[in-house]
Amino acid sequence: MSDETYPGDLRYHPEHDWVRVDGDEATFGVTWFAQDALGEVVYYDPPAVGDSVTAGSSYGELESVKAVSDIIAPAGGEVIAVNDAVGDTPELVNNDPYGAGWLIKVRLSSASELDALMDEPAYRQYLAGLAG
Amino acid sequence: MTDLQRTSLFDAHVAAGAKIVPFAGWEMPVEYEGVRAEHLAVRSTCGLFDVSHMGQIDVMGHGAREFLQSILTNDITRIGPGQAQYTLLPDDNGGVIDDLLVYALLDRFLLVVNASNIAPCVERVTSLAPDGVTVINRSPDVAMLALQGPAWAKALTPIASPEPFSLPYMEATEATVAGVPCLVARTGYTGEPGVEIMCPAEAAPAIWDALMAVPDAPVPAGLAARDTLRLEMGYPLYGNELGHDRSPISAGLKWACDLKHGGFPGAERMQREAAEGTPDRLVAILITEKGIPRGGCPVMADGQQVGTVTSGTFSPSLGVGAALAYVSPDHAHVGAKLSIDVRGKEKSAEVTSLPMVDTSPRKEHHS
Repeated sequence: MSDETYPGDLRYHPEHDWVRVDGDEATFGVTWFAQDALGEVVYYDPPAVGDSVTAGSSYGELESVKAVSDIIAPAGGEVIAVNDAVGDTPELVNNDPYGAGWLIKVRLSSASELDALMDEPAYRQYLAGLAG
Repeated sequence: MTDLQRTSLFDAHVAAGAKIVPFAGWEMPVEYEGVRAEHLAVRSTCGLFDVSHMGQIDVMGHGAREFLQSILTNDITRIGPGQAQYTLLPDDNGGVIDDLLVYALLDRFLLVVNASNIAPCVERVTSLAPDGVTVINRSPDVAMLALQGPAWAKALTPIASPEPFSLPYMEATEATVAGVPCLVARTGYTGEPGVEIMCPAEAAPAIWDALMAVPDAPVPAGLAARDTLRLEMGYPLYGNELGHDRSPISAGLKWACDLKHGGFPGAERMQREAAEGTPDRLVAILITEKGIPRGGCPVMADGQQVGTVTSGTFSPSLGVGAALAYVSPDHAHVGAKLSIDVRGKEKSAEVTSLPMVDTSPRKEHHS
């Protein structure tokens, strides 16, 4: 298990997904909060390269021993890469949710969708609200 | 929602970092470090579970044995003082009110029942009890700890008197554990060797703390690991594999039903089903690709639904999806090729033999 962190260079979706933007491409994953709530991840059901994903909709599933969780796309676009390492070693999502535990890379269809996402301070505040 | 109850070990669970969830009216630890680590610790060394939510019902008095013989499925005359037996409490139609362990003790019989079924069990047993037989629900006053895994004796020996090594499987004895008078039984729900320790509720924290302080201390293990461990052994769980809607026969529990003598409620139905077969049968299934079956998933063969998953999970021991399911008799043989519809995706699967994990060859760690 990793320590609770929320990097400042990411944008966050309320369903506990993060996005790292690099030009018109972006990397998606789930936050520390999401992996902690799910418990040890034992299965990753990813989309296929070439699939399109829609902001706010599920693009795959993560499963722990006890539960299944849909993974929500923080922005829309076309899948250009899938992290096969997570398919082989799903606990990467727990051990390194923002690094080796990334899930897919996407070519963004509309960069303006990112404006709806939270920055780190806003996401932390959002989490504090959930805890209350 | 009614107020949830807490066992006397609640504070110990919180101190051990447990994730607490509501379960059968109780706030129980579902996991501590993580279900996989806890599961594997029980298979390789040992783990300690709080199962104080389970129920204890005393049945005593003149004619208690004959009374229990008339309402339980198994042959209680086969156990003597200090011995335990797996049995079922059937309803009038041969459905299952609960599955339980009955202990024959010197002065009484003790029924250990599922937490969710304490009230129905007490009601059923009390309503049928003849004059002279007393039924007492002791559940609120009794705590129960399950110490399970091949290294159980190493953990228990430093704090138990007399030493429990020689106690045979499915037998119980009075012993002192951490200074507390207890009933120690060689029973459990994990498939591993181990003991279940019953004691006064207020004394349970002393036993928990003492076990956690021995050199070969068990890992605290939660309900999630208890569920994956029992599933790998094919042990039925009331509410998933057992209920009022079917008799024990389709669940493969004919061995726990004394059909030769009968005489208990539903016996004729069970005798008929044992002779003629049942519409479906409980089997164990392993997924042969990636994917995790869950309760309610349809079981398919040649495009047709042939059954339904009743319990499904990721098997920590085997590293694959594993399920218990009721399937039609045509597909209820080991090796049958099936698929399981997991949220719209068909996953290849195969009926496997039980237990899914062989716990026999590497058993007790003799010290």
